[in-house]
Amino acid sequence: MQADAAVARRSKLPLAVAAIMILLGLALVPLVAGLYQTQLLTYGLIAAIAALGFNLLLGYTGLLSFGHSAYFGIGAYIVAFLADDFGIHSMEAYILIGLPVTAILSALFGYICVRHTRIFFGILTLALSQVLWSLALKLFWVTGGTDGLRIPRPTLLAGLVTFTGAGSFQRFITSYYYYVLAVFAICVVVMWVIVHSPFGKALQAIRDNETRARFLGLRIRWFRWIAFLISGTFTGLAGLLWAPLNGLATPDVLYWPFSGEIVFTVLLGGFRNFTGPILGGIVFTYLKTYAVATTEYWQLLLGVVLVLLIVVLPTGIVGALSSLAVKLKARQKS
Amino acid sequence: MILLRTVNLRKQFGDTRACDGLDFVVNSGEFLSLVGSNGAGKTTLVNLISAHLQPDSGQILFEERDITFMSVTDRIRAGIARSFQIVNLFDGLSVLDNVALSIFSRDRKTAKIAKLADHDFDVRDEALTVLGQFGLRGKAEVLAGGLAQGERKLLDVAVAYALRPKLLFLDEPTSGVSTHEKAQIMDTVSSVVRAGTVTAVVIEHDMDVVFRYSDRIVMMHEGAFLADGTPDQIRAHKDVAAILLGAPLSV
Amino acid sequence: MSILVIQILNSLLYASVLFLIAAGLSLIFGVMRIVNLAHGTLYAIGAFVTAWLVGQALALGVSLGWLFLLLPVGAVVVALVGFVIEPLLLRPFYRRAEEYQLLVTFGLLLILEDVIRVLWGGLPLSADTLMDALPSVRIGGFLYPGYNFVVIAVGAVAALALWLVIYRTRFGVMLRATSQDRRMASALGLNVGLVYVSAFAIGCFMAGLGGAIIVPTQAAVLGMGVEALVLAFVVVVIGGLGSLQGALVGALIVSFVRTAGIQFFPELELAILYLIAALVLLVKPTGLFGAA
Repeated sequence: MQADAAVARRSKLPLAVAAIMILLGLALVPLVAGLYQTQLLTYGLIAAIAALGFNLLLGYTGLLSFGHSAYFGIGAYIVAFLADDFGIHSMEAYILIGLPVTAILSALFGYICVRHTRIFFGILTLALSQVLWSLALKLFWVTGGTDGLRIPRPTLLAGLVTFTGAGSFQRFITSYYYYVLAVFAICVVVMWVIVHSPFGKALQAIRDNETRARFLGLRIRWFRWIAFLISGTFTGLAGLLWAPLNGLATPDVLYWPFSGEIVFTVLLGGFRNFTGPILGGIVFTYLKTYAVATTEYWQLLLGVVLVLLIVVLPTGIVGALSSLAVKLKARQKS
Repeated sequence: MILLRTVNLRKQFGDTRACDGLDFVVNSGEFLSLVGSNGAGKTTLVNLISAHLQPDSGQILFEERDITFMSVTDRIRAGIARSFQIVNLFDGLSVLDNVALSIFSRDRKTAKIAKLADHDFDVRDEALTVLGQFGLRGKAEVLAGGLAQGERKLLDVAVAYALRPKLLFLDEPTSGVSTHEKAQIMDTVSSVVRAGTVTAVVIEHDMDVVFRYSDRIVMMHEGAFLADGTPDQIRAHKDVAAILLGAPLSV
Repeated sequence: MSILVIQILNSLLYASVLFLIAAGLSLIFGVMRIVNLAHGTLYAIGAFVTAWLVGQALALGVSLGWLFLLLPVGAVVVALVGFVIEPLLLRPFYRRAEEYQLLVTFGLLLILEDVIRVLWGGLPLSADTLMDALPSVRIGGFLYPGYNFVVIAVGAVAALALWLVIYRTRFGVMLRATSQDRRMASALGLNVGLVYVSAFAIGCFMAGLGGAIIVPTQAAVLGMGVEALVLAFVVVVIGGLGSLQGALVGALIVSFVRTAGIQFFPELELAILYLIAALVLLVKPTGLFGAA
């Protein structure tokens, strides 16, 4: 038994080492790259968190939601409301209040949605997200309508770190990057444990073969519901982190094409493995920024990329890389 | 001792009476083979007992408890498990994980979200033991989707067996596998039945297998029972030879 | 009293357009099991093409009477777009998982939305001269545009025509056979490829027609397609995906609820619609007339 434990721990070592190396590399970014790049990567990490959460539902449970903008958007608007209506500026307060609210919304929507599968599930998630979008759009005296709500700079570490005065923008961008990086690292670890737990295995079983899973005694609906809850909460956390950086919360972030973007990021990175969504989130952020900067018709560009992706790289970047690695290894052996 | 019995169980599909008032009895600790031509109603009977289908009328009693309207989950908790005619596996999970999942489910550990599955050594060890029994230990880390057909069948049975049910239904467990693998599956099932841990009901077409391993053979025809007895009794039965078109009744 | 009549007429107008879009979406799903996320954008293209043609024709000095003939042209253009899209962009993905098909149509949406931008820029295009071409009708103390009756009429005629095609023609039989069981239909010698592309083109025609007839009453604007799609979803969810009656009844329900909503709870009008959709999905997931 103890030998088993030692073996199991040892086999995880290379993974842990690689993760720490990457984390260290990411930590060095603000020191070598400019403010713009740091800010962009912050957005990328936020997108990675959203994608990671989304993929619990798609990659691991087999449910394609087209309404995840709801959770991202709720996260963003919670920050806006707390800042504007209650004068709260603490990032920790945003997270402590925002996470439960997002969780409750995910639980509610999830409960409704997981009674269905496939196309009806997708349509239902879309319809529910648009309820929120329409409210954000129409109740302009609460939400600012299309103009949205401004979000001032938050304070970090329970008010310890504030950003006012000269050079505050630089300090904010750098500090916020590290804050998001820390949250990102925690999210990655948490999600990794979840998908490798018995619960995570059960989800994958349900994804692979619902009938067989049922005949193993698993309560399908319950598992899907919990997965939905976790998924929405992660995406909501991303929204919470996004709002202070963006400085503005608008209905765009609840509009259903934004849900499509989230799906895009996961597809880009690859939804059949753990790291795919992380890479997808970061790469998509760069891709979209580049597209928007390059051409007025960036939607066209993204659309073409998406179609090409499905044709050429259906398993995403990470999937393609791992297939390549397998092929190279096979060639090495022979 | 009677483990399971049905009372006047009926199921109709349109004009076809798949189960026509069946009083089926399974005794504890026996290895029962359910035989008959295609469409005789064997799979339907198993489907009704395992809650894959609801009966039109009749009762199902397991350990004298009425389970006729019990859900799938509850029936599994009560101790009934099954494998499927078409192999049903979790292709994206490893062979080990496929079996481990049965054990996690059985031991009600599937809600554990804060522990790594690999670190539950009790489950892991038991899963490896089961795999060993079915000759799949060497393939533990392979993805189930990557197994050959015969191995998939073995795994399918192993997954159902890992639930440690009281009553195990196997739907054509040896179809499409090599002779060696057939022996492996049936030897394993037979040995666990002998060990007194499982009662097995096997739907089979391979009559060699049926006669070699069964304690009791039940033959179905057009929704009804045609014959029921030990292999010797069945061999002597007048209608059986007529139904088993061209199947040699070798010893 | 006359206000009520006008509200009813407005609802019927909106229902007419919604029906066209939803029926197209439903037909495509019924036959091909595809949910085309770009369907709303095709409706938008119908609107833009028609508005543009009307503008061009007016500049050429064509008299108003002839302009009406341009309405179906807009629809035909969208149908042709459909004829090209299906074999090129959709057919390669039929064997793939449903999720990929959905994503391909989302990619198509992104592409087409910008194609509209490329072709017609970001400004709204209107064709209201067409609307002015018809006399107003007096209802109580109000003047109601006569053109609106055309929209209602087109919707009704289209519903009838579609019903006739599906249930009374040989082609309709082929459509229904393929939608029931594609492999069986193919085994019986039906050219499934042709049925698919035709069904898709008809669906696109319907969407394009919806855009064409609405554009004289409201200008073609960017984003109208994306907005319309969600409403079309609400209609087919309520009515049942794949059902013609469902599209009609769903369009009427959505339209009347919307009119009532705008009258009494303007901020919540959209939210109510989406909630009704969610409710129907909960209670009867296949919709009022659907059979999933």
